[in-house]
Amino acid sequence: MKFMLFVCVDAAVVERLPDEPDRDEPMPWADELDAAGIRLDGDQLRPPRDATTVRVRGGEVLLGDGPFAETKEVIIGYDVIECADLDEAVAIAAKHPVAHNGLIEIRPFYG
Amino acid sequence: MNVEEVVADTFRQEWSRIVATLIRVTGDWDLAEECAQDAFAQALARWPGDGVPRRPGAWILTAARNRAIDRLRRRNVETAKLREIAVIGEPDRVADPSGIGDDRLRLLYTCCHPALALEARVALTLRTLAGLTTAEIARACLVSEATMAKRLVRAKARIRNAGIPYRVPSADLLPARTSGVLAVLYLLFNEGYAATAGADLVRPDLSAEAIRLARLLAQLMPGEPEALGLLALMLLHDARRDARVDGDGRLVTLEDQDRTRWRRDEIDDGVAVLESALDRGDVGPYQLQALIAACHATAETAADTDWAGITRLYERLMAVLPSPVVALNHAVAVAMSDGPAAGLALVERLEADGRLAGYHLLPAARADLLRRLGRHDEAAAAYRSAIELADTVPVREHLAGRLVALQAPLQRRFSPP
Repeated sequence: MKFMLFVCVDAAVVERLPDEPDRDEPMPWADELDAAGIRLDGDQLRPPRDATTVRVRGGEVLLGDGPFAETKEVIIGYDVIECADLDEAVAIAAKHPVAHNGLIEIRPFYG
Repeated sequence: MNVEEVVADTFRQEWSRIVATLIRVTGDWDLAEECAQDAFAQALARWPGDGVPRRPGAWILTAARNRAIDRLRRRNVETAKLREIAVIGEPDRVADPSGIGDDRLRLLYTCCHPALALEARVALTLRTLAGLTTAEIARACLVSEATMAKRLVRAKARIRNAGIPYRVPSADLLPARTSGVLAVLYLLFNEGYAATAGADLVRPDLSAEAIRLARLLAQLMPGEPEALGLLALMLLHDARRDARVDGDGRLVTLEDQDRTRWRRDEIDDGVAVLESALDRGDVGPYQLQALIAACHATAETAADTDWAGITRLYERLMAVLPSPVVALNHAVAVAMSDGPAAGLALVERLEADGRLAGYHLLPAARADLLRRLGRHDEAAAAYRSAIELADTVPVREHLAGRLVALQAPLQRRFSPP
């Protein structure tokens, strides 16, 4: 199965992030999964202040600025993984460093 | 046994096995349930005329399997799959002494998967393993049949879509997931046990279903002493159920229960199951709670209760299950073995801790201890807070009775002649 892992942190944390992410910072979690062929894709995202939402209502395309929902947590990155089932996906997500202070939202792709 | 009784008996024995196996080979929960249901309907229609087959379980399994093949053929399912289904129940395929490969165990772990909401776990377990109908589960969970039907449909869709696997978890996940399964079964039991005072006579006996499932789990996982511990705990509680309420539906506390109404055979069964669990070492929280229940169940009279022993068991339980409810029970046991003042000191520490705020048994325990210390005004105030917090009528009435009993002598003393 293919799963999307959303990497989320508290909105206050995002406000303190630098404009450009540090891409040289080591990430053994990603390296190991890449080497094993489990992680198919993954990256860091710009903060919600740079986000655009798209909605279509009555045939009209509505654009919005800001995060997709007014929640305390915001998405700051994602990873696409391929594994057998939810138990494996949970195990992998639980090892993500952000799982310890933020949260990872797992969304299966349509099969 | 007449034919209907044989069908009912076969249903209890075989339902979960058939459903579990059909889910494994077809991956379709609805199909599995419907085919199993059809097979039992066929048995009810045919056995009165044809006679009961020599192996009723095998007959039902074959009927369910054939029904599944028919329905999948119509959906143009590939022949390899159909061949796999066709061998279900063939004698050489069923033997599995280890139990871990038993489809019912797969089903139980899947129904109790932590990615499902607790109420969905309960509903799925009652439907697929216990074989209760949607209407029965709705009554048991006190929701409408439509709500329960929707809950079951959503739960099955979630299993399919979220990638919840149909298997017994791997060894590293097994301990945590087994506690999750035991917790669902204990919840089912308590739900049924608490409801015994209720007026709904058609409400299915959840305690009996929980005991049956715990027995199945213990049998399928002989290496798991906590499964036996849970079964023993349920049996020892259940043995007292007739004595828990009086003729008017009022709660009777353990101390005042008529011990001749306790079910001796269930107590003996519980103690035997507990002993077989303890033989395996590794004494977990369910075994400790069962040990405490056994202390009560085997005391000839309330006065014979080994409170010092119970206090020590609660100390061990607090070490493995550090919950404030356990600490409150420990405080009550201390009050019984070392006197009400010692118990009250512990209860006051719990009040200061604040985690039990809103829990009626905390002021109720405080009230009982104050009463025993002769501090009647403070006791009355504590009974009043407990009554305010209690959420069921029998419990409120029981506490109100205590309050009245406390005030009666005072009123006699102060009322004008």
